[in-house]
Amino acid sequence: MVEESYINIYNKHRELLQTTSAAPLDAIRDEAFDVFCRMGFPTDEQERYKRSNISDVFATEYGMNIRRIEIASTTAPYKCDVPGLKTHNFYVVNDIFAEAIAKDEIAELSKLGVVAGSLSTVAKEHPEIISKYYGKIAPHSSDVMVAFNTAFAQDGFVLYVPKNVQIERPIQLINMMHADFDLLATSRNLIILEENASAKVIICNHSESGHKFLANRVTEVSLAENSVYSHYEISDSERQTTNIGSLYVEQTKSSVANINNITLRTGYTRNNIRINLSGEHAETTLCGIVIGDEHDHIDNDTYINHKVSHCKSTELFKYVMDDCSYGSFAGRILVEKNAQKTEAYQSNKNICAKTTAKMYTKPQLEIYADDVKCSHGATVGQIEDEALFYLRTRGISEKEARMLLLLAFTNDIVEKIDIEALRNRIKVLIEKRFRRETHKCTTCNSCHN
Amino acid sequence: MLLEIKNLHAIIKSNGKEILKGIDLSINAGEVHAIMGPNGSGKSTLSSVLAGNPSYEVTEGEVIFNGKNLLELSPEDRSHEGLFLSFQYPVEIPGVSMSNFMRAAINEHRKYKGLEPLSASDFLKLMREKQEYVELNNKLAGRSVNEGFSGGEKKRNEIFQMAMLEPKLSILDETDSGLDIDALRIVAGGVNKLKSSENASIVITHYQRLLDYIVPDFVHVLYKGKIVKSAGKELALELEEKGYDWIKKELGE
Repeated sequence: MVEESYINIYNKHRELLQTTSAAPLDAIRDEAFDVFCRMGFPTDEQERYKRSNISDVFATEYGMNIRRIEIASTTAPYKCDVPGLKTHNFYVVNDIFAEAIAKDEIAELSKLGVVAGSLSTVAKEHPEIISKYYGKIAPHSSDVMVAFNTAFAQDGFVLYVPKNVQIERPIQLINMMHADFDLLATSRNLIILEENASAKVIICNHSESGHKFLANRVTEVSLAENSVYSHYEISDSERQTTNIGSLYVEQTKSSVANINNITLRTGYTRNNIRINLSGEHAETTLCGIVIGDEHDHIDNDTYINHKVSHCKSTELFKYVMDDCSYGSFAGRILVEKNAQKTEAYQSNKNICAKTTAKMYTKPQLEIYADDVKCSHGATVGQIEDEALFYLRTRGISEKEARMLLLLAFTNDIVEKIDIEALRNRIKVLIEKRFRRETHKCTTCNSCHN
Repeated sequence: MLLEIKNLHAIIKSNGKEILKGIDLSINAGEVHAIMGPNGSGKSTLSSVLAGNPSYEVTEGEVIFNGKNLLELSPEDRSHEGLFLSFQYPVEIPGVSMSNFMRAAINEHRKYKGLEPLSASDFLKLMREKQEYVELNNKLAGRSVNEGFSGGEKKRNEIFQMAMLEPKLSILDETDSGLDIDALRIVAGGVNKLKSSENASIVITHYQRLLDYIVPDFVHVLYKGKIVKSAGKELALELEEKGYDWIKKELGE
């Protein structure tokens, strides 16, 4: 049984987990562990995990850093190049927040009343914030990946933006996997925007080459009345890396969320994205781009729940699958009985650039209210021969023409990125990706050596 | 000789149906050739085959273009060698801007000739200059290729691309279809401005109308995959007057 080794680790290190963590994290640890023991890792026999057998993923023996020893430098910044963009930079190396190099940013943000930094530290210094939100948005009682994360989580990133505070500069969180052995990281993020607050968060998931890494990350986002939040998660990791991400967003009245998930490269990805629209006039935009080639496996499972009336959601995911890559999209939208005047639009468009690439799509619209505007659509196609020929008759080589068409395909999502410098950077990265060129940032050699 | 087609036979790959059944045609620099013929005679297939459309397969014959075996070249190399096809139905490509499209095309042409890519400012200058040939406005650069273009704009856009690439041989496939008289005048005006003693055109059309503006040196009638009659420009007028039945009668049908 795959679970057994993790159960043994937990039982053996339960006290250690508690001594290295803050009380609010420990409060629900045992409870979450019990859920994990009861449910086990998801397998492809379960409908929601039909395309990703998580149990297999965990069957590889990974090390876990429960003792919190320094296995990688948490003082050298792994800086990503985004020309023209100044951000508040934070780093989580494996599952340890890099505190030493975050001091200036933490101090600067604290002038605004913003609490940012290590989950473990903030849980000690501001237990009232963490206790109020931690484990309240991502349900460890019903989602086993959240339960597993909650059982083992010791650290991660926290952002608390108080009422009426707008953070101008985007926050950039770099999740870096770096170790001299195969490693499983369990990190946990908590992002809270109080009334009328606003923030933009860019999360970059990267990994060093040479070892197998598995990251099981959970991010909880709480958006209070009238808050405005943008979330850009970009994964560009080594092929040996597996990312399992769970993003839970709770939106109250008139809040606006703009959620983006871009998988540029990673060997194996499963993302669970859950958005609850729990207050009237809340709006959410959920966009995703996936680029897969070789034997990449990318599976996004999204669920938007319209719980109350007058909310709007727009969801758009595009996949470009090449070689023998395997893509899956499941998009469930639930419009509850009282959620009248809901507007919900979903679209999933996919290109399989080769016949060996696979794409599965499952749009699901469940509507229990009767006065709503909803639509959904999904397509899986190839690069259009006619367009390809047209470009070639103008002297553009087949390779270049294909690239132009693929860039055009992803372009409408890229154009929606509301941070100009990031938008331009993503354009460059996508183009390099389609050209199968590697890229290097000037101050960091971590990606794609 | 710029183009020499000898006994060209071609089939549709998907169903094996033979459309071109032995075409012979010779074109010199400085000439304008009109190809006319009833629907389904193979006019558009001829232009597709010359441009290298992979939906067709040449089963017999040869085509020498500018001293090279055209049929051995990829569509992009045919373009680099100076062949241009103005599409009957220009393809809409959402998300690819006209400027990115044309910059890629121009720079690949330059690369083929061993030249450096054009600078951004020189490129924009060139685009602005060539837009005027067909009265397209300066918003063109930012628009997606043919997306949301009116029928007239699409055809003007074809001639604009022709002006940018300065081909040796242009094939205008029913460039007049769907055009009102003003758009027709603009399109024909563009084509005439580009005409020189160094280049040639093949004008494929149903109607005499276009040939009032683009005056051909030779008119050929294509029927059932073969050129069945060739003469001077007066043939177009005769066809306009008598229709194609007259040709069919001549052929004994």
